[in-house]
Amino acid sequence: MLSATGLVAGYGKDRPVLNGVSLTLEPGRTIGVLGPSGCGKSTLIRVLALLHKPDAGQIHLDGEPVRRFRYAAPAELRRRIGVVFQHPRASVDPRHTLRRIVAAHLPAGAAPEETDRLAEQVGLTPDLLRRRPHEVSDGQLQRACLARALGSGPRYLLCDEMTAMLDASSAAALVHLIRTRRDLGVLMVSHDADLLDACCDQTLRWHELTSTPSEAVSHGRNRAPVAGMFRE
Amino acid sequence: MTAVLSVQNLSVRFRLRDAIVQAVTDVSFELAPGRLLALVGESGCGKSVLAAALLGLLPGNAEVRGRVLLGEEDLSAADERTLARRVRGRRVALVPQSAATALTPVRTARSQLVETLKTLRPDVRDLDAEADRLAERVGLPPADLDRYPHELSGGMAQRVVLALALAGDPQVVLADEPTTGLDRPLVDRTVDALRELADDGRAVLLITHDLAAAERVATDVAVMYASRIVEHGPAEEVFTDPWHPYTRGLLEATPARGFRPLPGHPPDLSALPEGCAFRPRCPRRDTCTDDPAPRRVAGRMLACAHPATEEVSC
Ligand code: SF4
Repeated sequence: MLSATGLVAGYGKDRPVLNGVSLTLEPGRTIGVLGPSGCGKSTLIRVLALLHKPDAGQIHLDGEPVRRFRYAAPAELRRRIGVVFQHPRASVDPRHTLRRIVAAHLPAGAAPEETDRLAEQVGLTPDLLRRRPHEVSDGQLQRACLARALGSGPRYLLCDEMTAMLDASSAAALVHLIRTRRDLGVLMVSHDADLLDACCDQTLRWHELTSTPSEAVSHGRNRAPVAGMFRE
Repeated sequence: MTAVLSVQNLSVRFRLRDAIVQAVTDVSFELAPGRLLALVGESGCGKSVLAAALLGLLPGNAEVRGRVLLGEEDLSAADERTLARRVRGRRVALVPQSAATALTPVRTARSQLVETLKTLRPDVRDLDAEADRLAERVGLPPADLDRYPHELSGGMAQRVVLALALAGDPQVVLADEPTTGLDRPLVDRTVDALRELADDGRAVLLITHDLAAAERVATDVAVMYASRIVEHGPAEEVFTDPWHPYTRGLLEATPARGFRPLPGHPPDLSALPEGCAFRPRCPRRDTCTDDPAPRRVAGRMLACAHPATEEVSC
């Protein structure tokens, strides 16, 4: 499990963006968090990804408390958590080919076939892998970012408004891919209730995260994912 | 009503060092006052190039064929001076992609609006009163015009940008992805405001990949795929009974309608296939052999050769 209890975090001491946020992810479940933009969803993702040190509160990763964040976080822990951000163009090096982007988080010395396998999982064809970011659409680039996040073999996947910039078909394709990975514990944060309802096992509203974890679960709207999702 | 904007067999391509990008192919449509046409499609289908062409904002290496008529005037033949002095902002206004970056941070909304009014409508005597009127027109309390951009909420900034677009009293309003990255309530308010402009007698072209937003406000919809318009008709008909396999696929990909992605990828605009560009992704390709020439069927335009296409969904 990846769990957060009573997180307080922000970018200045006096005005925390997160104030007592608790949340638990477990493998095999997709949790949605619904909130307006600017509410602190991205900060939550950064803390859970160990990219931002909280001012108070606890993160537990598979039973172990996490004590070090950012560059100090042990690589072995960071590998267990994959992240996909809202703006694919802002999170890749424009000079790299998609093949290089996809391969970025594979263990050093991984065989080229590993990259092919990842690319295939997200539906990127070999000719797309040869291109650079400016030669592909946002949807195709976001697929590469998802493949990259999966490269480290994570148990948890955090998606920050992953589909906000994408057209409907690309968005559906990405979410579909994630849903086929039943081994992952997934967090999707978004301002789009339709999207979360269609793809999450459970959707929580932002303010529900600031109650205690057990309360948050009981207040959440439980929804089965739409049946059609898995039709090929 | 007769069209104020008429696009006739417009094609745009770019010659690059090692490739030719076919961004717009043989696009024709008309836009009348009081209508809101949504142009929808996946990213990279040529929508934004089409928008740039309508404003005469294409880069120098673009090769344009066909005509864009604004009333009697042929924009595709107009020089930059004419476009800048008589067309852009005055007869055709652009609502930009991001309200936040369209406003100058160091000046109040009012001073930006007044300055725009001064340039576009030198005849206006009481600029402040006219600015207030424009603010009210877009649902912004005039007092809020005295705020600086950082003091405006996202929704207020969006309204200021809309007021700026209306300053020149344009006949045609063109909005290019005006809602990308906005929350749903703000998306709704933004497109509702565009619809009000149409209800007011302007002609509005909304370019978007957000089908829910398009469905909410459009009177007509044109679906673009791989540089061509493949289906065009009254919004209500196209959304409830899409004919083209691509339109169907796009709608079925929305969270509200099943969330099923289309297989495969859109083609590269520098390597478009002969014939139907949707064929590799089309569920009907095995029973379809013809090359789809655009045809008119019951008041709709359709570029699909399959005989069963205009039958009720299967
Ligand atoms: S022309 Fe044929 S291949 Fe193309 S969209 Fe229509 S049915 Fe599909």
